[in-house]
Amino acid sequence: MSSVRVLVGTRKGAFVMTSDEARKRWEITGPHFAGWEIYHLKASPVEPDRLYASQSRGWFGQVLQRSDDGGKTWEPTNNEFRYDGDPGTHTWYDGSPHPWEFARVWHLEPSRTEADTVYAGVEDAALFRSTDGGKSWEELSGLRKHESGPNWAPGAGGLCLHTIIEDPSNKDRMYIAISSAGVFRTDDGGSTWRPANKGLHSEYIPDPNAEVGHCVHRIALHPSRPNTLFMQKHWDVMRSDDCAESWQEISGNLPTDFGFVIDVHAHEPETVYVIPIKSDSDHFVPDGKLRVYRSRSGGSEWEPLTNGLPQRDCYVNVLRDAMAVDSLDSCGIYFGTTGGQVYASADAGDSWEPIVRDLPSVLSVEVQTLR
Amino acid sequence: MIRVVLPPNLRTLARVGKEVEVNVDGQATQQAVLDALEAMYPALRGTIRDSVTKRRRPLLRFFACMEDLSDAPPDAPLPPEVVSGKEPYLIVGAIAGG
Repeated sequence: MSSVRVLVGTRKGAFVMTSDEARKRWEITGPHFAGWEIYHLKASPVEPDRLYASQSRGWFGQVLQRSDDGGKTWEPTNNEFRYDGDPGTHTWYDGSPHPWEFARVWHLEPSRTEADTVYAGVEDAALFRSTDGGKSWEELSGLRKHESGPNWAPGAGGLCLHTIIEDPSNKDRMYIAISSAGVFRTDDGGSTWRPANKGLHSEYIPDPNAEVGHCVHRIALHPSRPNTLFMQKHWDVMRSDDCAESWQEISGNLPTDFGFVIDVHAHEPETVYVIPIKSDSDHFVPDGKLRVYRSRSGGSEWEPLTNGLPQRDCYVNVLRDAMAVDSLDSCGIYFGTTGGQVYASADAGDSWEPIVRDLPSVLSVEVQTLR
Repeated sequence: MIRVVLPPNLRTLARVGKEVEVNVDGQATQQAVLDALEAMYPALRGTIRDSVTKRRRPLLRFFACMEDLSDAPPDAPLPPEVVSGKEPYLIVGAIAGG
């Protein structure tokens, strides 16, 4: 009998939610690390009971937690993230140089193949790797030392490295995304990186051919189509079919192409999900309606999914790490809102039910399919 | 034996109560107390002082005997009442953030 485990990070702690294959009844534990911001939790695909959690607070800095029993118990692990050498400066909001300063871990990405390897994307933007299960961290500094690094500027949430994707078909290839620098790709296991943003256009960048400076909110990839990536940019939904060498817009008939999350159906690599948000000034869903949009054609043609979701007086946001899909036969989709609701669909988005309605503001949602 | 009072979030992290006791070898200074505290409770490393610079986190303050020691030199001796255990050494989170 298969089951699922949903890992939810919130502004005031972490929650672990489990259910059987039906995904109707949920057991919820938490808050773990009550009172702390949990930007992200994620499990190792190699050892499913090994979880990592990024725990932080402005008062106390960064803590990294690890569980080896599926989230029942946790132990702090190494929280020292030292930039390699003198990190120098990046560009501040006003265009002035600003010292590179570690603030927090935004995203944890356990390796697809190595049980003890986990990547951490941090603010100010850098990529770290641990090969001993979080006991020590080393910066993959070729990324931050890219010649464009001093020109990277923060988005509204900070200069954060928020997305890390290992290419399932090429162990040396990886993609990361930074707000507001854009996508970078390595083909040599993280030693060297290059921007991968051709085709992106951002109104706030004077140079229409700018290779960096784009506020990429999220990228996603289906394991069976490793050359295809989908992107929710600040504005615009995009796709690439050449390993991020170039991007084309697929916003199509979306009511707005601003948003944060994007994800791909577990079994249908051309079925994509986004949640449009009204604008970068409002940061809530349009028209008071919470709608997931699904494209079954790889973008451009989108249908609203509303069954079970509030269709009036709803003004929540869904942040970039707050959507996930399970891999059960009937693909499950999950997302969490800034209003503290976590919604689940056990039928690929056709209908939705809340797992829980009244959590603190949700920062991240991940799901494991346990067999 | 020096008594140290922790802010609530750090009690949870270290899995201790409001107050803990630490032993300091040699002269009792703020630095020595914090070193001993982090040695006893490794989960606290980096949460009171920056791991690299050892500077106090900006939103934490240190008090003892009605005095604000936050900006005192880290190697200055602590008051005798703290060294004797009569008074606690207080680590306090600033009231900030609304």
